Amino acid sequence: MTFRSILCDSAGIQREATDQPAFFGDLNLDQVIDEITARKEEYNLKPFFYRPLRDVENIRYRQEVMRDLENATLMAFIEAFAEKMSIVRRYLALVEKLDYDYHKKGWFLEAMLVYCDAVTELVDNQSQADLRSRGLQAFREYLGNYVRSPEFESLKTEAQQVKARLGDVKYCVIINSGRFSVRKYEGETDYSVETEKVFEKFRQGAVKNYLVDIGERAGMNHIEAKILEFVARLFPEPFAALDRFCSRHARFVDETICTFDREIQFYVAYLEFIADIRRKGLPFCYPEVSTTGRQEFVREAFDLALAHALRYTKKPVVCNDFYLQEPERIIVVSGPNQGGKTTFARMFGQLHYLAALGCPVPGREARLFLPDQILTHFEREEDIRNLRGKLEDDLVRIHEILARVTPHSILILNEIFASTTLEDALFLSKQIMGRIMALDALCVWVTFIDELSRLGEKTVSMVSTVSPENPTIRTFKIVRKSADGLAYALSIAQKHGLTYEQIKERIQS
Amino acid sequence: MKVFLLYPDRDFDPEQPLPPHTDNVVQDLELNTLFSAMAQGDAFVFDVVKRVILSGLEDLRAIRYRQDILRDCLKNTQVIREIYQIPIRAQESKRKQWLGIFGVHYPSNILTSGRNMLEVYFGFLKELRGIVDTHVHKFESEGFRRFFAMIQKELDEEYLATVAHHLKVLAFRGGVLVSAKLGKGNEGTNYVLRKPNADDRNWVARLLPRRSPAYSFKLHPRDDHGARALGELKDRGLNRAANVVAQAAEHVESFLHVLRWELAFYIGCLNLAKTLDDLGEPITFPEPAPADERVLSGRGLYDVTLALTMGQKVVGNDIAGDGKDLVMITGANQGGKSTFLRSIGLAQLMMQCGMFVPAQSFSANLCRGLFTHFKREEDASMQSGKFDEELGRMSAIVDALTPNAMVLFNESFAATNEQEGAEIARQVVRALLERRIKVFFVTHLYEFARRFLEQDNVLFLRAERKPDGTRTFKLIEGEPLPTSYGPDLYHRIFEMRTVPDEAEKR
Repeated sequence: MTFRSILCDSAGIQREATDQPAFFGDLNLDQVIDEITARKEEYNLKPFFYRPLRDVENIRYRQEVMRDLENATLMAFIEAFAEKMSIVRRYLALVEKLDYDYHKKGWFLEAMLVYCDAVTELVDNQSQADLRSRGLQAFREYLGNYVRSPEFESLKTEAQQVKARLGDVKYCVIINSGRFSVRKYEGETDYSVETEKVFEKFRQGAVKNYLVDIGERAGMNHIEAKILEFVARLFPEPFAALDRFCSRHARFVDETICTFDREIQFYVAYLEFIADIRRKGLPFCYPEVSTTGRQEFVREAFDLALAHALRYTKKPVVCNDFYLQEPERIIVVSGPNQGGKTTFARMFGQLHYLAALGCPVPGREARLFLPDQILTHFEREEDIRNLRGKLEDDLVRIHEILARVTPHSILILNEIFASTTLEDALFLSKQIMGRIMALDALCVWVTFIDELSRLGEKTVSMVSTVSPENPTIRTFKIVRKSADGLAYALSIAQKHGLTYEQIKERIQS
Repeated sequence: MKVFLLYPDRDFDPEQPLPPHTDNVVQDLELNTLFSAMAQGDAFVFDVVKRVILSGLEDLRAIRYRQDILRDCLKNTQVIREIYQIPIRAQESKRKQWLGIFGVHYPSNILTSGRNMLEVYFGFLKELRGIVDTHVHKFESEGFRRFFAMIQKELDEEYLATVAHHLKVLAFRGGVLVSAKLGKGNEGTNYVLRKPNADDRNWVARLLPRRSPAYSFKLHPRDDHGARALGELKDRGLNRAANVVAQAAEHVESFLHVLRWELAFYIGCLNLAKTLDDLGEPITFPEPAPADERVLSGRGLYDVTLALTMGQKVVGNDIAGDGKDLVMITGANQGGKSTFLRSIGLAQLMMQCGMFVPAQSFSANLCRGLFTHFKREEDASMQSGKFDEELGRMSAIVDALTPNAMVLFNESFAATNEQEGAEIARQVVRALLERRIKVFFVTHLYEFARRFLEQDNVLFLRAERKPDGTRTFKLIEGEPLPTSYGPDLYHRIFEMRTVPDEAEKR
C-alpha cells in the first residue's frame, strides 16, 4: 500500500473545514477542541477536528492509528520526532533573517542536522515498534525507503562531517578596552573552576544565580562577525567544507514527511488531552460505529468538557449509561434540576461527534450511530423581557432545525419552552415530538414535562436521580426509569462530604 | 559548610509552607502567647519559633537530636548568646558599608561587589572560630560537636590565606583572556575565562613573537556600539567567575543567616525556660513514641499559655491514656476542659519540634499533623450559617488528614440540635478512628459521647467536681454523665453572689 496520509485511508485527501460546526457551543465541544489544539497552534489542527467522517472504513483506519499511538513508547517516538521537526522549521525561518554569510550557513547546517537526526531516529524507533495500523505500517515503509536512499545518506554523512570539523575549532580572544586579538587556544586552564573550588565549602541550598543572561542571541554584531572572520582565517579548511556543502543541498525536507508531521498531531493532541482525564480513572473506548444501526448503547460515558474541567480536582465525574433498542429513538430526560440532565445531553452529542472523528470516546464501551448531522437547540440565557418574543424565537429556531433534519440526523433539545406556560409548553412539545417520531431520527430531549416521556413506543424515559439514603443528594446519575417528579433540597452535611462513608472515602489509609 | 542545628542532615527551610490549618491551630491553642514569650519582643525570633514549632518533626531521631542540642544550650546559655550575635553583627556591617549585589547588572560589577562582601564576612568567620576554639569542650550534643568540629576544620589559617590571595587575583588588572568555540550557527559559545600559561607573565606584550598567528582589531574611538559589544564579550568571559564570587558571597552570607536562623529557635527556648523557671513551673524533656503507636501519659501537664498569661503557676493534670485512640472529655463548664485540651495540643507541638514540654513528665506518640476544630464564637465571614461554617471547617480538615494525624475537637457540631449534632459527630469520629486518626473531643453532646462507651480504645475524662460542687480544674477518668453542669454554673453566678460581697465587708 502506498502511503499518502495518516488521516485518510483512500487516495482522496480530506477537504479541511475552516469553520466550527454550529452545535459546538451547545455541546461544549468548542472548549474541548480549543483545549485539544491549544498547545499545537503551529500545526493548525482545528480543520481536522471540524470535519467528522461518515465513512466507517476511514474511521477504522483512524482508530487503528490511534490505538497504535496509545502505546507510550511509540507515542514518545512520535513526540521526539515532532519536537525535532519543529526545531527544523524554526532554524530555517531564522536563516532567512540573518546577515553574515558564515552565520547563515551555520544555522542552515544545524537545520539539516536536526532533520537527519529526526528522520533517522524515527526509522530506528519504528523498526522496534509493534505497529498494527495500516496507516503507520505504510508510513514506516515509506520512511524506511527514504532513509535508505543514497541522497539521504549522503546528506546525513556530509552534514555530520562538516559539523564535526567546525566543532573542533577552539580559539582565544584577548580583550582589552578598545581592542582585541584572536588566536588559537593553547591549553590555558579554566580560572572560574579554580575560583569555584576555593569557595566550594560554603555552597549550600539554592542561591540566586548571578550568571547574567547574556542571551545566546540569534544574530551577530559586527564585533562577533569580525571575530568569526579571524577564526575562519585561522582555520580555513572547515569553512571551505561548509561552503561546498551548503551549495549542494539547498532544499532538503521531504513533502510527505512534512505532511505526516502535521497530520499525526491530530492523534497526539487528542491522546495528550485525554491523558489527564484517564489519570482520574475515567475510561475511554473505541466505539463500534455504523451508518445504519440505531440500536446504540454506551456504558460509563461522561461529558468530556466537564471531565477536563475537573481533571485536577478530587471531584468525581459521574458516568452514565444508556441504550436504545428497537423501536426506541428518543430519550426524554427529566428529574431534579442541577442533576446532570444538560450534562447528559451534551455527553450524548459529544459521543457521536467524537466517534465520527475516529477518536476514542469518553466511556467504557460504546456502539454508536454515525449521523449525517447533529442539530441542537439549547436554552439561551437571553433576557426575557417579553415572553412571547422569546417563545417566538424558540419556535423559529425549532422550525429551522426541523427543516434540516433527516432520518439520519441526531437532534438534541435542551429545555425548550422552559419560559412559557405549562399548557403552551405541553401543547407545542407534543406537536414537535410528533414530527420527530415520524422522522425516525435519534433524539435526546431534556425537559421538565414528565408526560413527554410517555408519548409512544419510540420514547424512553430517563431521570436524574438522588441518593436513595438521602433524597436531598443528587447523584448526577441519569437512569432509565419512569419520571416521578420529586422535589429536593440539599443536606448540609452531605454537601460538605462529612458522612461516615464520605470521610472514609476522602481519607486514604 | 552546613549549620545543621535543627536537623541532623539538613538546614531548616524557612520557605517551606506551613502545614494546612496552621492559622486555626495558632488561634485555638493561643500559640501567639507562646511565641511572644519565646521572642521577648524580637520579631525575628518570633518568626523563627513560629515556623519551627508549627513544622513539627515526625521522626524520633530528629527530635532527640534537637533535644540534645537544647540541653547543651540550657547548660551554656552565655556562649550560645555570644555566637548568636556574630551573624547579627555581620549583617549590620554589610548594611553600614552599603555592600550588596542586588540590582547590579554586569558581570564585571558583580565581581567587584562580591569580592568586597567576601572580605567583610571572612572577618566575622575568623571571630567565630575564636569563640569555638575557647568553648568547644563544654558541648556534648551530636549537633554542636559536629558544628564546632566543622568550623575548626574548614576555617583553618591556610584556607583563610588562600581566600585572601584569590580575592586579590580577581581584580584582573592585565586584561581578560577568554577561550571560545563555535556553537550552533557558528556563533561563539562556551566562553571560558582562562588563566594565562605560567611562562607567559607579560602575555599581552608577548603576543607578536608567537609562532601561531594572532589577528588584532582596534575599534574606532567613536564606535560605541562596538565598544559595548566588546564589553559584552568580556562579560561573557567573566560571567562564570563573577557568578562564583557573588554566589560565594551569598553562600557565606547565607551560612551566617542560617546560623542566626537556627540559633534563634534555641534562643527562643532559652527565653521561655527562663520565664517558666521564674514562675516556678516545671519543664521536662518528653519521651516521644512512634506515630503508629498510641501512647499518652504524663504528670503535671499544664497549659503553658495559661501560665504565661496569668503570670503564675497553674493547675496541672495527670493522664494515663496509653493504647487509646480517642479521648472523650466531658463534664462541668469552666471545669478546665478547654485548658486541658490546649495543654495536650501544646505539649504535642512542643514535643514534635524538639522542645521541652510544660509538665513534670510526658510521653506521647508522634502525630502526622495536628488539627484543631474548636467552636467559634461567631462566623466572621457571615456568608454561611454557623453550622454550615463549622462543617466547612471540618471538611477542610478532612482534606488534609492522613492516618496517624491528631484532631482536637472542642464543642464541635453543637451549633444544631443535639440529636443532629450527635449523629454527625458520631459519623465523623467513627470514620476518623477507622482511618487511624487520634482524636480528642471535648463535648456536651451526651448522646454522642455515650456511643463510644463500649469501646476499649477510648479514654473518658471528666472535669472534676467535688461533692460540694466546687471545681478543682482537674480532669479525672470518668464516663460522661447525662447532664451538664450548666445549672450549677448558673447557681454560682446568680445565687452565690452574696458570698464575695460578704467577704468584702469583712
